[in-house]
Amino acid sequence: MCLSNARPGQFIEIISIPDPDVKAQAIRFGIYEGAKVKCSEVINSGPVILQNRMQEIAVGHNLAKKIKIKLVS
Amino acid sequence: MSSDHSTNMPFDLKSHSDKIKLVLVGNPNVGKSVFFNALTGIYVDVSNFPGTTVDISHGIYNEYIVFDTPGVYGVSSFNDEERVARDVILSGDIILNVVDAVHMERDLFLTQQLIDMGKKVIVALNMMDDVKRNGLKIDIEKLSEMLGVPIIPTVAVHKIGLDEVKNKINTACTGNPISGIREKLKEVMPLVSNPSEALLVLEEDENIIARNNIQKDYNLREKIYHQRRERVNEIVDKVVTQTSQGASFKTRLSQMMLKPLTGIPILIFTLFIMYEFLGVFIAQTVVGFTEEIIMGTYYNNFIVSIFEPLLKGHNFLEKFLIGEFGILTMVPIYILGLLLPLVIGFYFLLSILEDSGYLPRIATLVDKSLTKLGLNGRAIIPIILGFGCVTMATITTRLLGSKRERFIATMLLGLAIPCSAQLGVIVGMTSSIGISYFLVYVLTIVLVFIITGTILNKILPGESTDLLIDIPPLRIPRIKNILSKTYTKTIMFLKEASPLFVIGAVLITFMEHFNILVGIQNIIAPLTEGFLQLPKEVATAFIMGIIRRDFGAAGLFSLAEQGLLNDAQILVSLVVITLFVPCIAAILVIFKERDWKESALIWFGSIFISFLVGGILSFILI
Ligand SMILES: Nc1nc2c(ncn2[C@@H]2O[C@H](COP(=O)(O)OP(=O)(O)OP(=O)(O)O)[C@@H](O)[C@H]2O)c(=O)[nH]1
Ligand SMILES: [Mg+2]
Repeated sequence: MCLSNARPGQFIEIISIPDPDVKAQAIRFGIYEGAKVKCSEVINSGPVILQNRMQEIAVGHNLAKKIKIKLVS
Repeated sequence: MSSDHSTNMPFDLKSHSDKIKLVLVGNPNVGKSVFFNALTGIYVDVSNFPGTTVDISHGIYNEYIVFDTPGVYGVSSFNDEERVARDVILSGDIILNVVDAVHMERDLFLTQQLIDMGKKVIVALNMMDDVKRNGLKIDIEKLSEMLGVPIIPTVAVHKIGLDEVKNKINTACTGNPISGIREKLKEVMPLVSNPSEALLVLEEDENIIARNNIQKDYNLREKIYHQRRERVNEIVDKVVTQTSQGASFKTRLSQMMLKPLTGIPILIFTLFIMYEFLGVFIAQTVVGFTEEIIMGTYYNNFIVSIFEPLLKGHNFLEKFLIGEFGILTMVPIYILGLLLPLVIGFYFLLSILEDSGYLPRIATLVDKSLTKLGLNGRAIIPIILGFGCVTMATITTRLLGSKRERFIATMLLGLAIPCSAQLGVIVGMTSSIGISYFLVYVLTIVLVFIITGTILNKILPGESTDLLIDIPPLRIPRIKNILSKTYTKTIMFLKEASPLFVIGAVLITFMEHFNILVGIQNIIAPLTEGFLQLPKEVATAFIMGIIRRDFGAAGLFSLAEQGLLNDAQILVSLVVITLFVPCIAAILVIFKERDWKESALIWFGSIFISFLVGGILSFILI
């Protein structure tokens, strides 16, 4: 599934990020292939907010559609 | 902007060639500017949103020349800020790396990269007060051991640890790079001038590769970044422990600000409070006192009573000094009586917003809407700053990810965002014409904003970037920072506005004396009287508006005071002056930031759109 389909409260693992530039920028925020993060908020057809410890990241809808994830329990 | 900053640094470094270059480096919003203030005594902007510092400031501290850099998440060249910061870092002798202790998994990525570059690094582990508040515990010795560089815990805003940082700058040293990197660097070293550049070549930094004429592709960025990420995670796992769950109210408030269901009402409520404060309290009560009574009556009578006898018989001079557009009458009355209270009030509010950390949350909330205009949520920051001063906001459009976004944002700023002084006058005037007219005004401007953005998004080639931002914690604004920020911005306003107002006043008096003003009024009468259905005197306000938009708004204000405009005409003229050309200072900055074709397009486009919209409105209303 893709990140834009995640629901608030779910724990997810990032499977793939398409664009190499986005990939390089996201990895600095702790968002990279294999990272396990929490989805803390989703704005309907808007940004997804990811939480990694104390760090919150907002990911725009179009980008979230391109990021593949899977749920972890 | 050129990508090579080593040749065109905006200041003269040669005179300080004996000094050691100390560069402040850190992620956005970690407190670098607070350190810079503490070291050099120079105040630069401090705000709670990423991207406050977009220019490099420098100052002297003992044997060091200190540079404040824009916050970056890594040394690379993904945007202009990063390119600027990268070149300053490359030229630095010692790096003072400011780290937000609460967000180490983010910040240490940069720290590790600086270490991998072989730089001499000292780390200020800042925000230690937040660490406690969030129930975290950090093993500083272990951290220092793993990174191999000195670490000093600080609370910069309370001056805790600053002396220790100052005393230990000279203990900065090269730390422990990620494994295997030294060997890889050796391969590139013969081709470049230092290990830092060698690392950037391996990490595929296009500017550095081009600068050194390197032909070979190393393609190691992903691998190195991944390895660095893993090392940082390992360090954070070892040194940080969560002892208790921290501050829950802030977390809950933060969530409420982001969820549209609660976030939109909070946003509307915030705007309402701002309107009450600025539009009702300052624009009416305070300005009523300062403009009409203090400046308009006491000061005016005083100055006229002194100069009138002296200037008897010098009709021309009298007009220049104390006439309707006099340098000693109109200029100080407008600037001090009318605009100053509004500007102070506005910057006071803006500083609170900036320091609270609310802005990035607004950015997230409005991202969805802004993508329809070819922007992303980040663009809300220049837009909100634009309400303070379009000139400064235009500079912060640099933080947007692509050229097309920067153009769209600059156009919208120049066209549809009134700056604080102008906004205050406008709010004050609309409050006298009733709430329904005010709503029509707001609606018109918002519509123009949306339509222009949508059209530009359709016709401009290329693609805009997606939102990817980090959201800083909410903070209670510090009153001292708010006051010093309000103060510096206000002084900046006075410095920028005063000379232009004087020039404008002289120009207008001159044109009036030689009947040029009436001439122009008559020439464009078909436009003003015919098309816009306004008295032809508003032409004067429009001419004033070319110099500064708030100057033009002030001109309208006095026309309205003289009873020359009815309610609908006030509305139409306000819409025109709001959409009118960016002021001279703003257009100069636009010319500097964009190329001349885009700038000319913005300038003429604004005039055209402003009259067109004004005409349509007047057709409907008058
Ligand atoms: N609680 C706390 N807040 C701090 C501390 N140091 C700085 N701040 C706050 O952090 C925010 C960011 O400070 P700045 O100095 O503007 O940060 P910067 O690194 O220059 O930011 P950019 O220029 O945007 O990259 C401000 O709201 C400061 O008041 C600290 O030790 N503790
Ligand atoms: Mg700063």
